[in-house]
Amino acid sequence: MFEQNGSVRIGVYICQCGTNIAATVDCRAVAEAAAEFPAVVVSRDYKYMCSDPGQSLIQQDIKEHQLNRVVVASCSPHLHEETFRKAVAVAGLNSFYMQMVNIREHVSWVHANRKAATLKSIDLVRAAVRRVARHRPLERGRVNIHPDVLIVGGGIAGIHAALTLANAGKKVYLVEREATIGGHMAKFDKTFPTLDCAACILTPKMTAVKNHPNITLWTYSDVSRVDGYVGNYKVQVTRRPRYIDEDLCVGCMECIEACVFKQPKFSDEFNLGLGKRKPIYIPFPQAVPPVAVIDPEQCIQFKSGKCKKTCVEACGDRKAINFGQQEETREIEVGTIIMSTGFKTFDPQRIPYYGYGHYPNVYTALEVERLVNASGPTGGEVICRDGRKPKTVGIVHCVGSRDERTNRWCSRVCCMYSLKLAHLVKEHTGAEIFNFYIDIRTPGKGFEEFFQKLLNEGVHFIRGRVAEVTDWALDPSEENKLVIRVEDTLSAFVRRIPVDMVVLSTALEPQEDAQDVRRLFNIGCSTEGFFMERHPKLAPVSTFTDGIFLAGCCQGPRDIPDTVAQAGAAAAEALALIDAGHVEIEPNTAFVNEDECCGCRTCIPMCPYSAITVNEIRRIAMVNPVLCKGCGTCVAACPSGAMQQNLFEDEEIFEEINGVLSYA
Amino acid sequence: MARDYLYFPGCSLKATGVAYEESMQELFRILEMPLRELEDWNCCGATSYMAIDEESAFQLSARNLSLARQNGNSDLMAPCAACYLVLRKTQDYVKKYPRVHRHVAASLESAGLPMMDGVKVRHPLEVLYNDVGLEKLESKVVRRWRGGPVACYYGCQAVRPFTEVDRAHNPIRMDEIMKAVGVPTVDYSLKTKCCGGALTGTIHDVGVRLNYLLLKEAARKGANAIVTLCPLCQFNLDAYQVEIQKESGESFDTPILYFTQVLGWAFGADPRKLGFKRGIAGRKLLKQWFAEHAEVEQYV
Repeated sequence: MFEQNGSVRIGVYICQCGTNIAATVDCRAVAEAAAEFPAVVVSRDYKYMCSDPGQSLIQQDIKEHQLNRVVVASCSPHLHEETFRKAVAVAGLNSFYMQMVNIREHVSWVHANRKAATLKSIDLVRAAVRRVARHRPLERGRVNIHPDVLIVGGGIAGIHAALTLANAGKKVYLVEREATIGGHMAKFDKTFPTLDCAACILTPKMTAVKNHPNITLWTYSDVSRVDGYVGNYKVQVTRRPRYIDEDLCVGCMECIEACVFKQPKFSDEFNLGLGKRKPIYIPFPQAVPPVAVIDPEQCIQFKSGKCKKTCVEACGDRKAINFGQQEETREIEVGTIIMSTGFKTFDPQRIPYYGYGHYPNVYTALEVERLVNASGPTGGEVICRDGRKPKTVGIVHCVGSRDERTNRWCSRVCCMYSLKLAHLVKEHTGAEIFNFYIDIRTPGKGFEEFFQKLLNEGVHFIRGRVAEVTDWALDPSEENKLVIRVEDTLSAFVRRIPVDMVVLSTALEPQEDAQDVRRLFNIGCSTEGFFMERHPKLAPVSTFTDGIFLAGCCQGPRDIPDTVAQAGAAAAEALALIDAGHVEIEPNTAFVNEDECCGCRTCIPMCPYSAITVNEIRRIAMVNPVLCKGCGTCVAACPSGAMQQNLFEDEEIFEEINGVLSYA
Repeated sequence: MARDYLYFPGCSLKATGVAYEESMQELFRILEMPLRELEDWNCCGATSYMAIDEESAFQLSARNLSLARQNGNSDLMAPCAACYLVLRKTQDYVKKYPRVHRHVAASLESAGLPMMDGVKVRHPLEVLYNDVGLEKLESKVVRRWRGGPVACYYGCQAVRPFTEVDRAHNPIRMDEIMKAVGVPTVDYSLKTKCCGGALTGTIHDVGVRLNYLLLKEAARKGANAIVTLCPLCQFNLDAYQVEIQKESGESFDTPILYFTQVLGWAFGADPRKLGFKRGIAGRKLLKQWFAEHAEVEQYV
């Protein structure tokens, strides 16, 4: 290993990039000019510096000419900085003794004048030569990865990721806010386009989560605090009291039978208020864990303290009911986190002219999923809120999607679930079904075929955004009906279609508390509020915070197969980190010159990564190099110049500026 | 001391909508909210003016706003929905578009008037709802309503953009006020649909048909009367019932009332001052409802 002592010996390599650079820049002239710069020992141009022979050329020169600095003028460092850093390292040089100059994106691709482009390249190379002479050797740090994984959200995304990781032998904590895992998928009746039963394919996986020795399942729980960094997260989970001891309850439901409320009286959340439940309940028959919950807002014991407690009696010796249960906090350490917090459905009351909440027979699609479901509130019979069996049903697409007034995005799944519901409602009732759509979007395996099947089943499709749902009757045929008013844009006139039941295909939106969750985990949201991936194409499950990955609809609307695929990808990303055992961290981080720092704290709020803390005893700032991403904000903000950054120290930057400005 | 309310009557309240002005004055007197008419007001610039010559319409409208400003009053109440909308629209355009601002400022200056900043244009329905409140309105009731359910009809202009009378798609404040004073209302799905506006004068059969639909749906929902907040709505619904009856073969004789008339009556106003006599349709029904009053023949 060469050290900085002794004389600096620089090799300069100008890449022609085929004709990408050579067509606009006279590479030979640049190489010849560079040969004259101080401390440059050798200077060459070559067709492809990144190729094997190109790299060998550099490595040979390092040995032959005892080079201790290298400048490569070629493409963007985004593309090949790593390549050349490795190449010099193989020849025994510190990777950070290599400096790259971008004469493709910054020169040849943006200029037409060959002479000027060549001069600009020479200036840029001179800057790099003067800068690299000041470089210090840097070492990459290493961070060990704790092998345990936290998964936030127990819908199909979280379930699939948890099982994948657990099957690979990793320990997983699955935290779910509701009393049961299963998420939205547990509420669906059938899945499109294959029409297999959602519960039949989901509940075995839910049970597998419960029984897996590697999975710790915490339902009715929230993540309340996240500290640390990739590989070393410290997470606090708050477990809300369900007033039932999870270890003692076997889910026999005898307490529910025995409750002093003889009839279910309270709105049943799982069935979206279409059914009723008691104050003590299990959300649905296949709930996991199969453990009862008590709602203290409704339970007489909590309200008056004077209940006969027939539930406790029924539970008997199991003694699973515990009115005194308290909130508990658990601290865990994990190396990686998968966010699978899902979505919320659009509240159609925001579009008052569709009459949801006003006319009882206007439903959301999710409510209809419960209505057609055999274990739903009506046992699978489609009966409207007013007791009627619908003879005609209108399905309104794009409610809260593709609409400037609400959400601009397409929610991706609504066309297909609308078609599915059309099929199911027709199957259950024989009703005449009208779909009102803007475009039918069926890009998926078997999707378009499913649409064709529906057309053959005689379901009507009317193209036009529905103007309103009203009970205004023009003639006797419309009496006691809901009238859908719509411009049929294919036949170019306004239709009035009387129906018995309206289904609103509501959009998928970010969770209500997505912004709070985003701040808690220090990840980003895109403008519409879904969690933001690191790169839309090449890092779709990663976030800008290392070690935190995304799965499912928290990142954007998607269907079940895509969600499962993404959950698998997130699990694989986590596995890759865990199995590597450590991550290397870039050394271009900020550091504090302790003699200069006065502890003024100017830098603390500037840091977007919360990487700076103050040593209260010594009253100086300290940078955690693992959290620091090298953005330089603190360096610019520091009033005393105590904050410096590796690879961007003042003297390196000033030499670079001097270099580019001192015309030959 | 109760604040006084400056109001802009506009042409309707001095002509077809006299009953609106009379009943409003009586209502506000009972509520001890003195009304003062804007002095030297001119045309608000609404509808036809706005459609043909936008610039002049803005200037007309701005002059009224400027007079209100000169009066030192920050609120200007415009009971007619068309006046209310155009005054608000003028403020909005002056704020948003520099060109409109320039023209308006120049014309006000040439008339020696100040720019009309800071004037808040208000509608009596929203004034009653916000400044008085449902509770106080309820406490003022002295007469029991015997007319059965009514349909509250808001029409279009009061709930258009720039306005603050109520929400745009399903306004409910008039319904809430009616219920508060003991007048039942029906769920009137056409509450913001078109009354035909000036169409009854220009494309007569189209305009009249729209009124037919409104009357028919109100009757179907079980409403015995329609309550309005706009003089043009009131006029259209009231004036063509005989014609509609002839054309459709269905019988209509529905009282079309201003909300101020209903409130005034509920609050025990002198019924002679509420302008019931000025209506055309439904007088027979009104007489039945008010039969217990000895002088009913004098005021209906």
